Amino acid sequence: MFESFADFLTLGQNALELGLIYGLTALALFLSYSMLNVCDLSTDGCFTLGSVVGAMFIVYGPAWFPDSGLPLWFWSVMSIVAAMLAGSLSGLVTAVLQTRMGVQSLLAGIVVNTALYSVNLAISGNQVRVNMNSTFKKTYETVFTESKALLQDTPFAQQSSLFVALAAVALVILFLSLFLRTRIGLSIRATGSNPDMVRSSSINPAFTTTVGLCISNSITALSGCLLAQHQKVHDINIGIGVVTVALASLLIGGVFLRRGPIAVRALLVVVGAFIFRMVYAVALRLNMPTNMLRAVSAVIVVLTISVPHFINAGKRLHRRRQANRERGQAVRADH
Amino acid sequence: MLTIDAISKTFNPGTVDAKLALDHVSLTVEDGDFITIIGANGAGKSTLFNAICGSFITDTGTIWLNDRNITMMAEHKRARYIGRLYQDPMRGTAPDMSIEDNLALAAGKGGWLSMVSRRDKQAFRDRLALLGMGLEDRLKQPVGLLSGGQRQALTLLMATYNPPQVLLLDEHTAALDPATAEKVLALTERIVTENNLACLMITHNMQSALDLGNRTIMMNAGRIIDDISGKKRRKLKVEDLVERFKEAAGQALDTDRMLLGT
Repeated sequence: MFESFADFLTLGQNALELGLIYGLTALALFLSYSMLNVCDLSTDGCFTLGSVVGAMFIVYGPAWFPDSGLPLWFWSVMSIVAAMLAGSLSGLVTAVLQTRMGVQSLLAGIVVNTALYSVNLAISGNQVRVNMNSTFKKTYETVFTESKALLQDTPFAQQSSLFVALAAVALVILFLSLFLRTRIGLSIRATGSNPDMVRSSSINPAFTTTVGLCISNSITALSGCLLAQHQKVHDINIGIGVVTVALASLLIGGVFLRRGPIAVRALLVVVGAFIFRMVYAVALRLNMPTNMLRAVSAVIVVLTISVPHFINAGKRLHRRRQANRERGQAVRADH
Repeated sequence: MLTIDAISKTFNPGTVDAKLALDHVSLTVEDGDFITIIGANGAGKSTLFNAICGSFITDTGTIWLNDRNITMMAEHKRARYIGRLYQDPMRGTAPDMSIEDNLALAAGKGGWLSMVSRRDKQAFRDRLALLGMGLEDRLKQPVGLLSGGQRQALTLLMATYNPPQVLLLDEHTAALDPATAEKVLALTERIVTENNLACLMITHNMQSALDLGNRTIMMNAGRIIDDISGKKRRKLKVEDLVERFKEAAGQALDTDRMLLGT
């Protein structure tokens, strides 16, 4: 299956990089799905939004201000900032729809997701793909090429992409574990647990939902932005099925620990994303067709939710058989 | 002081299901007043509480709270001045969060980005110790692990952490076992007296309706049909109360649950 150990390491590292980058979306859902109890179906579109906004800043940013003399790295930093801002704006729209305009939570996500497809195409000027691969005519600097240049002559040159992904995940986990302990963070958690109680604490659940969705969507957009730069190309279909993949990671991570410190649970969500990528990478090596990714992720989501259900059903079945046997013995003893 | 002036509420107006739940109810609650409310199911007791809390906007009338007109104020804004406990001990707390986090929300101190300090934690511990349930040593435990009685006592503590101007108790001991109910009631009385709160308590237990507080009102069909206080109330027995209800409402009270219930 693997030609050499080095081959295995490369595969592992790639799975780790992708796991970390997609893990950011899982962390976003950790906030919206696990904490706020909102299933945010605008995730796919928001992921693509981050991807396209980031790519446009990388490719066209320098051309917008040709005389500014701003270095190229400035635009790679700006791509991240802009993608996250765009993401939080999308989250704001989803939140306003469900808290102020009476649209059901699930429907609000779906509607925004649909609209984002057009928005994303419009942002890229109707290009289906935006290429960030440097050619002999033009160089593009992404956060990954920046990191590569920085680490060029160190022993970690091979791991330059990994460091970017690690840094992003570490920052987001740090942010979440601190943020969820603040008063607004606690209010967001309480909104998912008992909205009545939030109201009786003189806090408007509409406000906490809005803040929560803005933040989670900005993390989703960061995830999309980083993935596009990692692959050196934005594609309008980059976000399809991301919500299911992220949900699968979230649920795999949740298998290990349901209660506990936020930081540990968030870390496990990313571990879940890595496990998912690893399983997928191995499956690809075993000649699973590439286009099966989404089917696999759908199956994983269903399994992680329904396996505990079946285990319970199995226990009941076992108990019933036992009861029948006991009754049978009692009847025989009577005769 | 809470002043309710002729509030009415009809549910499902204009349909065959239309129900006049509150019919021009007027009531003045002075600071330090502890009023018990009795009445049959569907008399409008909880609806009255919902109106005061702002779960809906009343069709007519006004509600004043210490010179502030709160008739149209949003529910979460009124919550600053009004504390409320429900019959269901699950409603007042967030089960997935720790005791400390629940109390931090109830305390509501500092800005949006402030965190629980060591001093806050000590304050939480001191307050919890007053309950005498050993909760002060379980700050980090999720509230979902507590028993119903413990959760209700915690809810009471949370609702009065920043003393409200009015405390509404909606049969808050009905779901507890007798011993715990007694404990929570004693605790309620102490907190109400200490903070000199205006308090309204719905109860189905006629005995505690007479034992607790300084005033008793009866409700029927969305109206207040009797209001007893002072000397007259002190001499009153449960049988007299049932008799007075029959006279005022023109129908017998469903007494079994009220006499036997907790």
